[in-house]
Amino acid sequence: MSPAFFEPPDDDCAALLQTAERVAARAEPGEQLEAFVARSNYTSVRAHAQQIESFTSASSAGVGVRVVRDHRQGFAWAGSLDPDVIDDALAEARDNARFAEPDEWVGLAEPDGVAPVPFDAFDPSVAALSADRKIELALELERMVLAGDPRISGVRVAGFSDSTGRFAVATSTGIAGTSRGAWCSMSVLALAADGDETYTGAGSTVGFSPEALDLDEAAADAVLRATRLFGARPSASRRLSVLFEPRVAATLIGILGSSLTGDRVLKGRSPFAERVGERIATGALTLIDDPTDHRSYAADMFDGEGLACRRNELVVDGVLQGFLYDSATGRRAGRPSTGSAVRGVSSTPGVGCQALAVLPGSGSFDDLLAGIDDGVYVQSMTGLHSGVNVVSGDISVGVEGLIIRNGELAEPVREVTIASSLQRMLLDTSAVGADIEWLPGGTACPTLVVDEVSLSGS
Amino acid sequence: MIDASVLERVLGSALRTGGEFAEVFAEDRRSSSALLDDGRVEELTSGRDRGAGIRVVVGDTTGFAHTADLSEAGLLAAAEAAAAAARGGGGGVRTIALTRQQASRGYEIEIAPVEVPKARKVELLTRADEIARSTDGAISQVSVNYGDSLRRILVANSDGLFAEDETVRTFFAVSCVATGDSGMQTGRESIGHTIGFELFDRYDIDELARRAAGRAITKLAARPAPSGQMPVVIGSGGGGVLFHEACGHGLEADLVSKGASVFGGRVGQQVASKGVTVVDDGTMSREWGNIAIDDEGNRAQRNVLIEEGILTDYMWDQLRARKEGRASSGNGRRQSYQHLPMVRMTNTYLLAGTEEPEAIIASTEKGVYVKHLGGGQVNTATGDFVFGMTEAYLIENGEVTEPLREGNLIGNGPEVLQRIDALGNDFAMGPPGTCGKDGQGVPVGDGVPTLRVSSLTIGGTAA
Repeated sequence: MSPAFFEPPDDDCAALLQTAERVAARAEPGEQLEAFVARSNYTSVRAHAQQIESFTSASSAGVGVRVVRDHRQGFAWAGSLDPDVIDDALAEARDNARFAEPDEWVGLAEPDGVAPVPFDAFDPSVAALSADRKIELALELERMVLAGDPRISGVRVAGFSDSTGRFAVATSTGIAGTSRGAWCSMSVLALAADGDETYTGAGSTVGFSPEALDLDEAAADAVLRATRLFGARPSASRRLSVLFEPRVAATLIGILGSSLTGDRVLKGRSPFAERVGERIATGALTLIDDPTDHRSYAADMFDGEGLACRRNELVVDGVLQGFLYDSATGRRAGRPSTGSAVRGVSSTPGVGCQALAVLPGSGSFDDLLAGIDDGVYVQSMTGLHSGVNVVSGDISVGVEGLIIRNGELAEPVREVTIASSLQRMLLDTSAVGADIEWLPGGTACPTLVVDEVSLSGS
Repeated sequence: MIDASVLERVLGSALRTGGEFAEVFAEDRRSSSALLDDGRVEELTSGRDRGAGIRVVVGDTTGFAHTADLSEAGLLAAAEAAAAAARGGGGGVRTIALTRQQASRGYEIEIAPVEVPKARKVELLTRADEIARSTDGAISQVSVNYGDSLRRILVANSDGLFAEDETVRTFFAVSCVATGDSGMQTGRESIGHTIGFELFDRYDIDELARRAAGRAITKLAARPAPSGQMPVVIGSGGGGVLFHEACGHGLEADLVSKGASVFGGRVGQQVASKGVTVVDDGTMSREWGNIAIDDEGNRAQRNVLIEEGILTDYMWDQLRARKEGRASSGNGRRQSYQHLPMVRMTNTYLLAGTEEPEAIIASTEKGVYVKHLGGGQVNTATGDFVFGMTEAYLIENGEVTEPLREGNLIGNGPEVLQRIDALGNDFAMGPPGTCGKDGQGVPVGDGVPTLRVSSLTIGGTAA
């Protein structure tokens, strides 16, 4: 059943694929059947005050079964791969399919001949790392933060975590795919106190192997962010330029990406639905979604429906190129799937961005800073889930950071919001930096400068 | 779910490497949901997840492991993994004798959702879709969600505690998009209670769908929200999230003990205006955050956090309380057996005052009336919090006038609590919420009467 060009990377993946294929083979006449199975292991160490607050180790597995009959879809999932549990899930999914209303576009993915780009980010050193070493790393990161500045009053938590995961998907329509991955990451939340003021600063580092973790950078980031806000107060309300550092800019780019997905577009929930071929952003902005770029921590060979991941151009030189699709939304739009189905065990595939990347523009962080007369440098945003409406595009979020005056960082600011709309911010972007950073979520983003944003404060 | 004798052996084994405290938390959750979108019932989903999380505490260290295997062998393996993670000095054999406790939530589930035919659930979706679309021609898209869950938990620990509970929750939401010359706007309404399918005897789905549609339509004519500080009146039932964010999180003992809360060391002090009494109450019958026992087996309680403006207590889980030599307040909760418990809110609300709501608005010359808040977020260290307004209007000369576009409000918890200068007599609980903390979501409720904050910063774009 597997295409000849694809071999499972190891026995565990092969076993998962076999489990999925056995379920898919149970399709009855007139029925399409898909099984998505996954197994993962993770450990997590949390340190506080040079003690190990908690050490978690666990493995989990699960299955999601999707049935399509007469263009009606049903789904069931379970947190176990026991044969009787899979039987129950299959029976439930079949029963659920009876109650959905038919849609001619609904159906599983079909093999489309696109070969997956080989990728196997599975460094054995992740699984081989000893518990003692993980504990040492967490304690070391905390020590580095505590020693970073006399005003650091403590650490809320310093953590190490690693995970290895495998998934396989198989369908009665001939799809078969499996892949694996291993990651480790560390994060720390520093507390800085002076007088009756206390601030927090976060730092993190991610890698495909423990050696790739950069504790120095994570610690320095957390200390700097926590200590540079002393004396922060609201600034006067006005319109100004906003400088978003890469990790904050990536959040905005993620909001844009989510509104360029086929489901939103086809169902009238995207402000960009009718705008392919039009200029929607500054000419300096080029945005792609490319899970075949192996620098991304979200890189993968297969999407959630088992189709090969591929490079998709969304915005080129500010002009909207098109949208992302899974197989069902692609059929409805008259387009091929872009390999953009994202999912977990407990949900059906949906269209999503996998590895968004803004291509580098020009200018370093300092160059971009130097070009701003009156602005705010944003180090963190809050209230994204309540202050961003992805349908209307309205954005209003709380920020902390530093005022920019005459090209230089000036006094700290807090308890203020910035507001605009996504549509306006894309057009009001005046600079895209050259300083690309690959971020923990798998996105690549440079520093962005957006003009004419409303700041609300005193 | 698991025999007491098995649990006793597993707990004994968990303590063999010298642990001081061990706990087994087992969970069996069944859920079902149905989604209508784009005019069509798209999908019904059924889910089943069960397993156990075992923790072993030595000093300040907790070892934790979870497994989906509820057999004695599976539990013993998890106990060993948890014990290995929390290695103590001593060791030896401890015998655990469990005493079963009865916990009751004081009311019965009338209609178990699992007994309700799927076709009946689907009917609700299509009905809500029809009503929402017929409300106004500008409604361009509707989605409707139904969900129910049955969660059985069992907690047994080395102190001899053995408690079980069964929780049924039912949820329904309607989301609309309205399209007009000014672009698209959204309106959403949701209901959710810790009850069964009788939810739909208590609420009128038609009315809910009309309100969701109406909210989207109203906002088509909305003008940009102002930018800057002004008085804000919050509507009855629509704004409990204000207190959840402004003080609730800051009163969680785990954050307080780490020096990460502006409310640390302030018990007994005046932290809010005199009339302000804030309560967290897990016993509130049928509310979304209702629990009979928390996820550490402790009985739910009604805890007064702020009484007449004075900070009376924090919220506690088992570990923090144990360290302080006091009892848990029944606030130890977790998302699932795969997570460690921590201090969480249940139903958090502000008691009613005495003023007529109309009088509060009439006495506000210029400001914003927020009828309905969205979610929020707080930095407990600084106390700065934001929350979104999903339905808001200008107040001009004491009257509610034009609708405003969405946006966040920002304030500082300790300052805002002191700036509450009017409390209405019209208390109501709000819609169901999910509170996120350290990556775990748990169901919570909130409630407020109409109230006024003398000054908050509105994060709009209008000068």
